[in-house]
Amino acid sequence: MANPKKITTPLTEETARSLKMGDEVLITGTIYTGRDAAHKRLCEALEKDGKLPVELKGEIIYYVGPSPAKPGKAIGSAGPTTSYRMDAYSPVMIQKAGLRGMIGKGERSEEVIKAMKEKGAVYFAAIGGAAALISKAIKKSTPILYEELGPEAVCKYEVEDFPAIVATDSEGNDLYKEGPKKFKKA
Amino acid sequence: MRTIEYKKIVDAVKEMCLEANYDLPQDVVDGFKKGIAQEESPLGKSILEQCLENAQIAKDERVPICQDTGLSVFFINIGQDVKVDGGLLKDAVNEGVRQGYKDGYLRKSSLDDPLFARKNTGDNTPAIIHLDIVAGDKLDITLAPKGGGAENMSRLAMLPPSAGEKGVIDFVVDTIVKAGGNPCPPTVVGVGIGGTFEKVAYLAKKALLWPLNAPNPDERYDQLEQRILHRINNSGVGPQGLGGNITSFAIHIEHHPCHLASLPVAVNVNCHAHRHAHRVL
Repeated sequence: MANPKKITTPLTEETARSLKMGDEVLITGTIYTGRDAAHKRLCEALEKDGKLPVELKGEIIYYVGPSPAKPGKAIGSAGPTTSYRMDAYSPVMIQKAGLRGMIGKGERSEEVIKAMKEKGAVYFAAIGGAAALISKAIKKSTPILYEELGPEAVCKYEVEDFPAIVATDSEGNDLYKEGPKKFKKA
Repeated sequence: MRTIEYKKIVDAVKEMCLEANYDLPQDVVDGFKKGIAQEESPLGKSILEQCLENAQIAKDERVPICQDTGLSVFFINIGQDVKVDGGLLKDAVNEGVRQGYKDGYLRKSSLDDPLFARKNTGDNTPAIIHLDIVAGDKLDITLAPKGGGAENMSRLAMLPPSAGEKGVIDFVVDTIVKAGGNPCPPTVVGVGIGGTFEKVAYLAKKALLWPLNAPNPDERYDQLEQRILHRINNSGVGPQGLGGNITSFAIHIEHHPCHLASLPVAVNVNCHAHRHAHRVL
């Protein structure tokens, strides 16, 4: 990684807006996990109760379903899953629950990017398939919701220098669009 | 008739589950090294280096290369002079998967029903088993764990024969470019051409079993592979879809005779964690 920016959670709007497309970052603090099944339940709770069963204002959600931890380890391998499956839920999470960041892989929808611009949120890419390497940055994992979902449960991770790339910044600049344009050949 | 014990198959499959998920094959490691030398994007190069470091950590610490340890897909060639003693071959394979995924701390990703309950079966079974009966008295087993991210980007088309070579190339390239970063590039691309609707999907998956640098034995298809790979790597998609010139490590084609009215094409995308294990019993 070349000159990574160190950031800590929760993220202020100012910090989020200072991050630019292509920045490599190292994240330290608490992050939360959630995939499709958990997002569905979180959004249903938000609609029903007007709030989430966990406070996510200023927080980052990591789209991950880790492999089981070996005895004595904090976590198993834990790389990102594909983000588009959360696109249906993310605008609501950003606008109504104050979510500030998401970590996953692959391009996001226009609706998600619109919500990010409006509220000052960031989408980070972690390297898909670098799951053993990424797991080194996760020091502790505590399940907090929907444990019956197994690898899809919502957990709280304590992370130190978690490596990620700013894929889409709060101005809507998107490396999934701009990167390929730059290297496209006739 | 040669007899192979049920338990011998269970033990072999169990070992294969661990080996495939912990040890990235040498041809893929070499693919990464070549990719690092050739990648023009500094970020792309950094991504490839981190992937290679990841493979080494997985190998040294005996942990999965990727948390998505996949559905367990098997290609089994059973010699017609082989008899399995003590149970069914299918049961032995599933028992091996059950034990391997439990003892290896591998993620269980198999759901009992695709649409309604979607409840995890808890042991990664049932395995997907493709069986072929061949000459001889050996049992040849290949395991290729298949993650969801790359599988979801796979596509099939029943092209009109008039689409020809151009139609095939455009469909394959379009599939990979549209997939962007979703299937975890650099990908390996399996392409099936010909057969019927179900046969062509099988061929695309089977094409993924070729070693990364193996040339196609048919020179026409070998040239087609090179032309498609060239176009894919000129697309700019790059490592993880974030830009670069190493979008795919390789493409392999399996072809088969087909109906005079048809030109079936299937593209099965695999991620850079291109995992395999092989045993002959």
